This record gives sequence, C-alpha cells and structure tokens, in this order.
Amino acid sequence: MADVIMVPDISRTVQKWRKKRGSLIMALHEVQNRYGYVPRNVSLQLAQLMDVPLARIYEVVTFYNYFNLEPPGRNNVAVCLGTACYLKGAPEVFDAHKKALGLEDGGTTGDGEFHLQSVRCVGCCGLAPVVVMNGQTVSKVRPEGVRDLIARCRKEA
Amino acid sequence: MTNPNGYESLPNAIINGASGPTVSCRINGSEVELPDGTTILDAARLLRLEIPTLCKHADLDPTAACGLCIVKVEGTHKMPRACCTPVEEGMEITTHNAEIMDVRRTVVELILSKHPTDCLTCGRNQNCELQTVASDFGIRQAVMPNIAHDLDRDSSSQALTLDPARCITCGRCVHICQDIQNVHALCFLDRGYGTRIAPAGVSLGESPCVRCGQCSAHCPTGAIFEFDETRDVWEYLMTPEYHAVVQIAPSVRVAIGEAFGLAPGTNLTGKLYAVLRRLGFDAVFDTNFGADVTILEEASEFIQRFLHGRGELPLITSCCPSWVDFMEKFHGDMIDHFSTCKSPHEIVGVLTKTYYADKMGIDPSRIRCVSVMPCTAKKWEIKRHESMSASGFQDVDVSITTRELARMIKQAGISFLDLEEEECDPVLGDYTGAGTIFGVTGGVMEAALRTAADLITGETMEQLEYNTVRGLDGVKEAGVEIAGRQVRVAVAHGLGHVETVLNRIREAREAGDEPPYHFVEVMACPGGCVGGGGQPYGVTNEVRMARARGLYSDDARRTVRKSHENPHVQMLYKDFLKEPLSAKAHQLLHTRYQARLTYTR
Amino acid sequence: MGKLNRDDLDRLESEYQESRQERDYIRVGMSTCGIAAGAEPVYRFLCEEIRRRALDVEVRRSGCLGMCHAEPLVEVSVAGAPRSLYGEVGLDAARRILDQHVEKGLVLAGMLASQDGLLAPPEETVPRIGRQLRIVLRNCGIIDPTKIEEYIARGGYQGLKRALFELGPESVIEEMRTAGLRGRGGAGYPAWLKWKLTRDAEGAEKYMICNGDEGDPGAYMDRSVLEGDPHSVIEGMLIGALAIGASQCYFYIRAEYPLAVDRIETAIKQARRMGLVGKNILGSNFSCEMEVRLGAGAFVCGEETALIASLEGRRGTPRPRPPYPAQYGLWQMPSNINNVETLANVGPLIARGGKWFASIGTESSKGTKVFAVTGKVRHSGLVEIPMGTTIREIVMDICGGAEGGKHIKAVQTGGPSGGVIPEELFDTPVSYESLQELGSIMGSGGLIVMDEDDCMVDIAGFYLGFCVEESCGKCAPCRIGGKQVKMLLDKISARRATAKDVTELRRICHAMQKASLCGLGQTAPNPVLSTLRYFENEYEALLQ
Ligand SMILES: Cc1cc2nc3c(=O)[nH]c(=O)nc-3n(C[C@H](O)[C@H](O)[C@H](O)COP(=O)(O)O)c2cc1C
Ligand code: SF4
Ligand code: SF4
Ligand code: SF4
Ligand code: SF4
Ligand code: SF4
Ligand code: SF4
Ligand code: SF4
Ligand code: FES
Ligand code: FES
Ligand code: FES
Repeated sequence: MADVIMVPDISRTVQKWRKKRGSLIMALHEVQNRYGYVPRNVSLQLAQLMDVPLARIYEVVTFYNYFNLEPPGRNNVAVCLGTACYLKGAPEVFDAHKKALGLEDGGTTGDGEFHLQSVRCVGCCGLAPVVVMNGQTVSKVRPEGVRDLIARCRKEA
Repeated sequence: MTNPNGYESLPNAIINGASGPTVSCRINGSEVELPDGTTILDAARLLRLEIPTLCKHADLDPTAACGLCIVKVEGTHKMPRACCTPVEEGMEITTHNAEIMDVRRTVVELILSKHPTDCLTCGRNQNCELQTVASDFGIRQAVMPNIAHDLDRDSSSQALTLDPARCITCGRCVHICQDIQNVHALCFLDRGYGTRIAPAGVSLGESPCVRCGQCSAHCPTGAIFEFDETRDVWEYLMTPEYHAVVQIAPSVRVAIGEAFGLAPGTNLTGKLYAVLRRLGFDAVFDTNFGADVTILEEASEFIQRFLHGRGELPLITSCCPSWVDFMEKFHGDMIDHFSTCKSPHEIVGVLTKTYYADKMGIDPSRIRCVSVMPCTAKKWEIKRHESMSASGFQDVDVSITTRELARMIKQAGISFLDLEEEECDPVLGDYTGAGTIFGVTGGVMEAALRTAADLITGETMEQLEYNTVRGLDGVKEAGVEIAGRQVRVAVAHGLGHVETVLNRIREAREAGDEPPYHFVEVMACPGGCVGGGGQPYGVTNEVRMARARGLYSDDARRTVRKSHENPHVQMLYKDFLKEPLSAKAHQLLHTRYQARLTYTR
Repeated sequence: MGKLNRDDLDRLESEYQESRQERDYIRVGMSTCGIAAGAEPVYRFLCEEIRRRALDVEVRRSGCLGMCHAEPLVEVSVAGAPRSLYGEVGLDAARRILDQHVEKGLVLAGMLASQDGLLAPPEETVPRIGRQLRIVLRNCGIIDPTKIEEYIARGGYQGLKRALFELGPESVIEEMRTAGLRGRGGAGYPAWLKWKLTRDAEGAEKYMICNGDEGDPGAYMDRSVLEGDPHSVIEGMLIGALAIGASQCYFYIRAEYPLAVDRIETAIKQARRMGLVGKNILGSNFSCEMEVRLGAGAFVCGEETALIASLEGRRGTPRPRPPYPAQYGLWQMPSNINNVETLANVGPLIARGGKWFASIGTESSKGTKVFAVTGKVRHSGLVEIPMGTTIREIVMDICGGAEGGKHIKAVQTGGPSGGVIPEELFDTPVSYESLQELGSIMGSGGLIVMDEDDCMVDIAGFYLGFCVEESCGKCAPCRIGGKQVKMLLDKISARRATAKDVTELRRICHAMQKASLCGLGQTAPNPVLSTLRYFENEYEALLQ
C-alpha cells in the first residue's frame, strides 16, 4: 500500500487536539473521516504529533468499530441489525445485500466499489429495517428492494 | 518496584505494626484486622488461604482479567474479585464453598476451551500457571467445544517467541512492557473474543521491543517464551572439532537453583562449573571475570571524563543490552554519554577467541563460545554491531538463558545438586567480589566506585560497600566523596525509571547547568539481572532480594573485592592489553552506538 | 446578544413568549428519524411555497415529536383552524396542507397523525399527551433546538438560576434528595447520593460527565433529547457541576449520532455566548467549561469506567470498582457520570422543587421514564410516562397494540442486559424494583415488542450475539463464556441440542453472572435466563 502523508488540514486539526488531554480518539475521527480509514503512515505521524505510542493508536483503532486499518469501498452500505430492525426483518435485508454484492459482513468488492457492514442501531428504530447508504438513512427497506437500491447507488457514483 | 502493593510486602507491614487506619472483617468466620486498603487476596493469604489466581502477579497491579479469584461477600449477589477488592469494615467473606468452586471451575473450563491442548510441545509444559490450575481443578474432560484461535508464532526478534494462540489475555505482559518498561512494543489488538497480543501491525523484530524478556518472565503461560537455542549448544557439544567454551553470568548462579527446588539466592557457582564440564564443555569461564575487565575500562573512562574533561558527563553504563537498544531507539541524543566499553560476556567472548586462543594455541575458528545469561537480550547483543566480532569471528556464538540451561541439565539427567563443587578454568575465570555484584542493580556502580576511588587517589581505599546504591528503589541517587571531590551518582533499574534520570540530565544540559550526575548506572530489568527476563519463573521482589543477597554474600566472602586487584586481570593487561583504554583494549573491548530509528513508542 | 445576568433571563423569557404568541406557523420534525423519512425536502418545499405564495406563516424546525411511526411529521397552527399534526407527509401531502389547511383553514382529517392528533398547547411547561407526562421531553418537537431563545422562552435555565442564586451546592443536593431522582442510565442509583459522594471526595479537580453513549440497540431516547432539546441537558450538567464542585464538563456522545453531536455543539456555543457556559455564569462566581467527545463504536463504553478510559483516549475496557468514579474517575479525579435523561430532568426539578418531582411516580421510583417502543407494535415511538404506569398501558393504549392483528407475546426491556416480560405480566406497574422482580431491568428505556411470530430462543441468541460482539475481551468469563453460550443457543435453534446442553447453558450463564468484571458480562445472560424462565417450553420444543 502506498504511503499516505498527512495532509496539512489534518495535521492542523490534529495540532488543535494535541493541546487537549486524552483526545486521541477525536484526532482519529479526523483521520478516519478524511481518508476513510487510518493509514499506517498517518498513524506513525499521529504518534509523533500527539506524542502517543503507536501501540496505543493501534490498540484504540482495533478496539473501536468506527476505525479501520484498511481502505473502505467507495460506497459504504451499513445494514442495521439492531433489535428493532432485527425483529422487522433486517436479517433478510442483510442477506439480500450479501447476495446482491457477493460479500460477507465487513467485505469489500474486488473493484473497491462497495463495502458492506452490519451495524447495531442507528437510532431510527421507528423506521425499521434501516440501511445507511453512504451516510444517508434509507427506511423500511424490503429485501426485494435491495437490488434497486444498489443499482441506484452505482449510477449516482 | 512500581507496585508497592505486592502481597509479599504486606505481612511485613503488619509484623512491623503498620501504623495508619485498619479495618476488621471476617474471612471464613475468622475475625481479622488489616491495614486499610488490603485486598481480600492478601488478607486471605495472611490466613494461609490460597485463592487461585491467573492474572494477578505480585509485581503488578491487578488486571482483574481472569475472574478466577472470585469470592463471596455477604450482602451482595455479585462475587467480587479477591485480587483487586479491598476489604471493608465489617465485610463477611467466604473464600471457598461449593458454589464458588463451581464458578471457578467453569471459568477454568472456559479458559481451556479457548486454548490449545498441546501442552507437550509448549514452552511452558510442566511450568505453566494455567496447566497447574487446570490440574488442581481436576479438569478431566473438555466439556465445551474447543474454539481456540489459530494464530501464527512470531520468533522474528530472535530473542523471544510469541505464541499468541496460548495467550489468556491476562494483561501482565502488556502492563510490563508499557507501564513498567515504557517500551510499548506489545499491546492488545482487536477486542472481545478476538483480543490478542501483538506489536502494532509489525512483527516483534520490527517493533520497538528491546528484548528485555520481562514479558516472558511474567507470562503465566507459554504465549511468550525465550527463543530456544539449546539445540545449537548441543550441536557444539556433539561436534568433536569444536572447542566448546562456556561462561556463566553473575546472577545465574543465585537463581538456577530455583529450577531445582532450592531457595532463591542459593549460590551454586561451584556446582555450575562442575555440571557444565559434565555437559561436555572444554573450558568453563566466568562472566564475572569479564565484569572485572569492564570495570577497569569503565572506571578509566570515568576518570578521563571526570578528572580530565575528556568526554561528556555523566558517564552512563552500557553493559545491559536492552538498555543499549532502548537508548539507541529512543534516546539517541545520549550516545556521547555512553560508556563504549562492552558488556562482560562480550569481553569474555572476544578474549576467548584472542587471548585464550593464543595462550592455548587453539585455532579460534574452532572455538564455540556459549554464554549462559539471565537475559533474553543477550541473544541479540551478540550480533548487534560489527564490533561484536572483534576477534575476527562472532565473539559469542550463542547465548542461552538460565531457564534454557536448567532444561539442558534436566535433559542430561545429571544430578546437579549432588555434584562436588569445582573451580572454573582460571584464564578467564577468577573473579572478585566486585565482579559478582554486577548482577544486581547498583552493583556496577559500586564495583566501579571501588576501583575509581583507588585509581583517583592512587591509594587503596578502605571503603568497599556503598549501601546507598543498593536496594530496590527505582531510582537511587547518592553523593560519594573521592579525594575531596563529590561524585554524584544515580542508579536506575526498570526502563520506566530511566527517563526520570535522563530528563534531569537534559534539563541541566539545556539550562547550561552543571550535569546533575557524574556517573549513571542503568539496568533494564527491575532489580537488575537478578530479575532478568531469562531467569526462572516466579520472580517477585522477595525473590529479587534473595538473589541479590546471594550475590552480596558472595562478594563479602571474597578475599579480593576490587576488580583491579584481580591477579588474572592484572596478568591479562600485563601480557596482552597493556593498559586500560590502550589501542588494543579499544579494538577488542569497546563498541560503538548508532541511533536506530523506530516508530514512536 | 451579549452575556446574560440573572435578571436578563426572566426578561428574555417574557419577551420571547410575547413575540411568538400570535404567529401562525408550520413546524417540521427534523431529528434523525424525521430526516431519514424525508423531512428535509418537505421543509424546503414548505419554505419556498410560503415565500412564493407570500403567506404570513413561519416555517419552524423542531426535534423529535416521538411518533417515529408517522415521520415525517408536520404541525400546523394557523388562526381560525385547530392546531393539527399531520403524519407521513410527503411533498404531495405538503402541498395539500398548504392549499387546504393553511390557506383555507380546513383540517385534513384523513392525514392526521395517530391518536389525538394534537400536541398540548406550548404554554404549558409540562404538557400531557394522553396518558403521557412530559418532563424530559417537555420541549422535544416543540422548540427549535438550534435556538437557545426558544429554550429560554419555555422556562429554560430557570433551574440553573435558582441553583446559583437561591440554593447553592448543598441545597441543590438536598433538593435532589427530596426529589428522589434515580439514574436513568440503567442502574437506578440515586442521583443525589452520587453527587454528594463526588462533592465530598477530595481532588484538585472534579469532572461532570454526561453519558450519551446510548448503545442499547433499539433505544434512542437520549438521542432524541440531545437532538431535540440540547439545552435541557446542558442545564442539568451545569447544575450538577455546581453541586459537585466541577469546573469542567464532558459530553460523551456516540459517533453514530452526528446530528446530536452537532446540536449539542451548537447549543454549547450559544450558551457560552450568552454567559451560561464559561466564566462567571449568569454573573455569579461559578465558572464552568464544557466540551464534547465522541465515542467510536463500542457498546461497552457506556459502562462508566470504560467511558472514562475512552475519554482518556484509551481502549474502552472497564476496570474493577471500587474505587468508584466518584472517588477516582477521569484523570484519577473525582468524577460524576450521569445519563442524558437523568440530566434532562434536573432543570425543571430544581426550578419547581424536589417536592413537586417526588409527587410523580411510585414510592421508590419517582418522576417519569421515557421509553423507546419499537418492534411489532402499531405506533412505535417515544413515550414518556409517570413511573407506575403499567406495561399494558404503554404497549396497548399509548402505542396502539399489535401490528396487523397479531397477538403480542412479550416485551423486552433493558436491552441486552434485560429480559423478557410475558404478556400475562403486562399489568405490572413500571418501577426499578418491579421490573427486576420479573427478571428484567428498567434499563435505559428500550422496550421491544414481540409477537407470536417471534421465537424466544432466537431472541436470546440475538442478544447474546450482540454481547459477544460488544464484549471488550478483558475478562475470561464474558469473553469466552458469551461465545460458548451463543454456540449452545445456536445448537438449540438448529435442533441439535439435548437437555444436557440446557443444563450446561445454565451453568455457564451462572458463571458469567458471578465472575464477569463489568455489567456487560454480568447481565449478558439475562435474556437467556429470562426466556428460560417464561418460555422454557419454546426451548424444550427444540430439543432432541
Ligand atoms: C455495558 C454497559 C453499558 C452501559 N451503557 C450506558 C449507556 O449507553 N448510557 C448510559 O447512560 N448508561 C449506560 N450504562 C450505565 C452507566 O455505567 C452508568 O451507570 C450511568 O451512565 C450512570 O448514570 P445515571 O446514574 O444517571 O443513570 C451502561 C452500563 C453498562 C454496564
Ligand atoms: S434505529 Fe431503532 S429501529 Fe432502527 S434498527 Fe436501530 S434501534 Fe432498531
Ligand atoms: S500454555 Fe500451559 S496450558 Fe497452555 S499449552 Fe502451554 S503448558 Fe499447556
Ligand atoms: S499428561 Fe496426559 S496427555 Fe500429557 S503426556 Fe501425559 S498422558 Fe499424555
Ligand atoms: S521483551 Fe521487553 S520490550 Fe520486548 S515485548 Fe517483552 S517486555 Fe516489551
Ligand atoms: S502473553 Fe502471557 S502475559 Fe501476555 S496477556 Fe497473554 S498470557 Fe498474559
Ligand atoms: S538487566 Fe540484565 S537481564 Fe535484564 S536486560 Fe539488562 S543485562 Fe539482560
Ligand atoms: S464483562 Fe465483558 S465487557 Fe465487561 S470487562 Fe469483562 S470482557 Fe469486558
Ligand atoms: S435497531 Fe436498527 S436503527 Fe436501531
Ligand atoms: S486473579 Fe483476580 S481476576 Fe485474575
Ligand atoms: S419522531 Fe423523531 S425520533 Fe422518532
């Protein structure tokens, strides 16, 4: 994987967090939002900038679901498997996604187009089952509608 | 040590009538009064009640990870952990009953269900805390399906082997590596069921690990153990063309007995010489001799800097390879402060293949040097720099730990403890009291002061013992008067304590002040080599102290207690090296350092 | 607007109230749910049309109205027609509302949302909707959460004012004690006692922390409050900080709630500008700073010691207690952690007095509780009821009972730490103790309705799966026990298990409860044990 160098706007925000105690997770959010994952090289720079051990960064990155060490797909599909969604048929919706994309949970398609993951409740339980497509919440999803949903996403991209 | 709450210290606190508040509680019906803050575990041990533990280590703060030490406390439906729950006034504690046993047994079974079952090929077979617990609980059948993870071994550091599949995530190694040693090579990755120990995205060899082996000395299982090189040793011993030479480090002699059931601190020097001959070594030397040489060189270096202003002050000792590695990785700005003198075992190694080979007329290419060390980092030191091949060959061919030697003795089936004591081969063997105390924190400093005082004053000084540098405080500072001048010294052990000392030096340097110290000793392992990462398992401060006492009494028994008075060392200089810091001494006995960039700890 | 002093608050309150009294308005519910259901284009459309048609009607935004099933929600209040709430409003419906209701004063009866279709008049500080009583949700869906003035206009920050100028820290705690408010984060620990312990603990610095991690899947009460009425939580935090002697507050909010984070950050900025956060609050000598920190996807970080570890920038693994955070918390300093809903109660409680609060609810459980009712129920959404209301009233009366003519079998409260309550026991009044007696817990307020189609073994497996994924991995009983229990449940579901496996299941569950380090592992077996308690027949039917 090519080395990624921290871009100036990130190092500036990181500098801001640096002054605040215990803000590693906030700095990692900045990195994750910027690159879609936490590239190793950026971790190395972050370790220097924030004066935290790289081991700590890895401990944190691998602990929290929000952070990834690998680049994600261009389209991020998150299927809610929270309780309300589960009861309202989320497992079938999730299976439909798996089939349509040929992926398992956490997988990314070979062309890097789609990343599929399950999440636990996005807080819209009243609209269950819920899928979050690239940050947009889609409500009351039916398994039959999944192919369309993906096709639409492909077109927009 | 960092954790003053290790349970060993408790009985003393009570025997000495510890002042301060106390609480009384009931344990299994007996009323006890204890100092405030005592844990249930410590309290129970005072009453000779053994509560099983897997994650608690006397050196370390409780990690509360295993859940084996649970007890019942009246009035709560939970079962608190004895290792980390302080007794409270009026508490009624039950440490053993059928329900507690059932829970504990289930916990053991759960741990075993996520653990490999191949004890036979495990580095800790017969010496494993988990195995012992499983055996004590009489687990005779795996009722739960085994769901152990398949994880690769990592031997890339050539000093330690990581076998994460055997890890029970007790957290001891991570605590040691991060908080006590301040290296941050090991960490926990992932979470939940997938939690594992590993360095941050690289192999151990590529990580900042300084190979101190403290992780392995504290691991309850076979998840981290010394990189075993006993096969190489057996091969040397099997090959008739080789002239196999061995040396033993100071602290090995007072620790190896533990592997044979003796009390810590029992000095087995003479029996060790004997058993090494039985194993087939052609010559048996003693690293303590090398220590005497190191002192001569290092004390001379110190005088150069202290009296003649040639070189930076303070002078910092360099005989601990983990410390050297740590300095090269994280404190490159300190290189000029480092003594360039090699460590004692390297000195014995290079002299074996030059001085000894000459003297005996042996072709050095036929010599194989084995060193028996308390240390896993020595496995790396022997290859760390080209100067470690100053003889034209790699000066020490293989370095094994105390634990490895103990296994070799057991394999050979020699009745070690029954052997008559023997002497070692004198050429590179005779040692002084100064040489032997190298194995304990403060020892190098004390030995160097004995010699430096004589060399500076040109007289034979009376003072031999410098008590201010003895003991287990993390950083010891002292002022010593030599020839009317104050010599300020500092001794640090456990890498976590080193930075305090270094920062003081840096602050003074930046402020343009006089350095706060003239001479600094650093040992990576808590307690120094007596607490080395390759020593027999079960180290605690009590064990460290006992081993240290073994060395100090060896010193006290010696007629010669100053390195420069060692007749064989004097002969070495007369016949071979000329004088300390001579060109030849520099070529053979000194090394160089380089900053090694690594990722931020 | 500059910094406020104690007297400015009352002046502002009456000014705003007057200025807004007579206006015609349309209000669109725009919290995460509403937006997900399509509220944004509706809001834009309404704004444009009003401008185009040159109508003298204000289009307002609000937070969650609590009727998730009917999102997007639009409330219309124009002179000459009754105030009405429309549900499931798309662009077509929006146009019809403008044409008929706004321009002609004709209520579109067929499009009204749910039960009474009406919200209580906004003047009433504590509105009642049917059987509901709204203290926590007093402003949700009524005010624009991005405007501090609207919060103040409805009596906001009056509690803070009273705390600062009338009561002082000790009396605040006394008032809380009288009120009997217990923690809404799950454990139900008396809030006053925790405040007092933190106040009495020694420390150079003290911290007030708001637990907005809300990890229980199927629960979103805290999100709605943070999004819909952020100042209510800020006010509670400030009063708490005053009481315990803290000068720094932290919001810990899960990263899955970006809108909540945004709303809280905006609200803090506004409050700071008005002198409600920062130096010399309302001109008093009390100063307090406030900052937002994000979670990063770990349920266990809702546990207080894990939350502290996370705030310190570490893995969110719990540590043994004692010492409790009140003695030894963030940066080793005494810290008080309260749940969002707990804090949202504090403002009105202090403003109106502990006695008033104590008059609501049951003997041991005072005040109200917000539930997020979801699952197989007709009207899923947020309800706030006085403690003591029965489960039947919540599920059948307020939320309209089962969907599609099915029969409701049970509800699950307390999420993965809770348990199921079968329909026969629905007449149990809700309180911390009564739910515990049934083998469940109050929990944070998730209430999942299950009908005859739902298999209880499957439900238990679902929660166990959640706990296995969310276990921090620190301690063996939970890390491995959870996995083994999950495997046993899968075996039962696959009809491969025998009675012996159920015995084994119980044994491991027992060990997990007793030997796990934190609440997650200790309570993870609850769903299994409670389904076994009430629906053992469903297990037996699956055995070989
Ligand atoms: C696994 C676990 C998860 C928790 N999650 C939350 C949570 O998401 N929100 C919350 O307020 N409390 C949560 N709690 C409870 C908190 O530890 C704590 O008791 C609570 O925040 C205290 O606030 P309160 O006294 O106002 O209820 C959780 C506890 C456990 C054991
Ligand atoms: S948003 Fe609510 S209904 Fe939807 S999955 Fe999450 S908890 Fe369930
Ligand atoms: S670590 Fe212990 S229990 Fe595990 S395989 Fe090795 S010897 Fe056996
Ligand atoms: S202990 Fe049991 S398994 Fe191990 S070697 Fe002996 S017989 Fe074999
Ligand atoms: S050998 Fe020392 S530095 Fe290396 S991992 Fe073990 S404890 Fe850390
Ligand atoms: S490697 Fe050993 S010391 Fe480290 S966590 Fe695993 S079992 Fe414990
Ligand atoms: S202190 Fe001794 S045992 Fe430890 S690393 Fe240094 S030389 Fe090796
Ligand atoms: S019970 Fe589970 S979540 Fe809690 S500390 Fe143990 S492993 Fe972590
Ligand atoms: S369970 Fe899917 S959004 Fe909450
Ligand atoms: S020894 Fe107490 S939890 Fe492991
Ligand atoms: S109505 Fe807004 S949260 Fe559901």
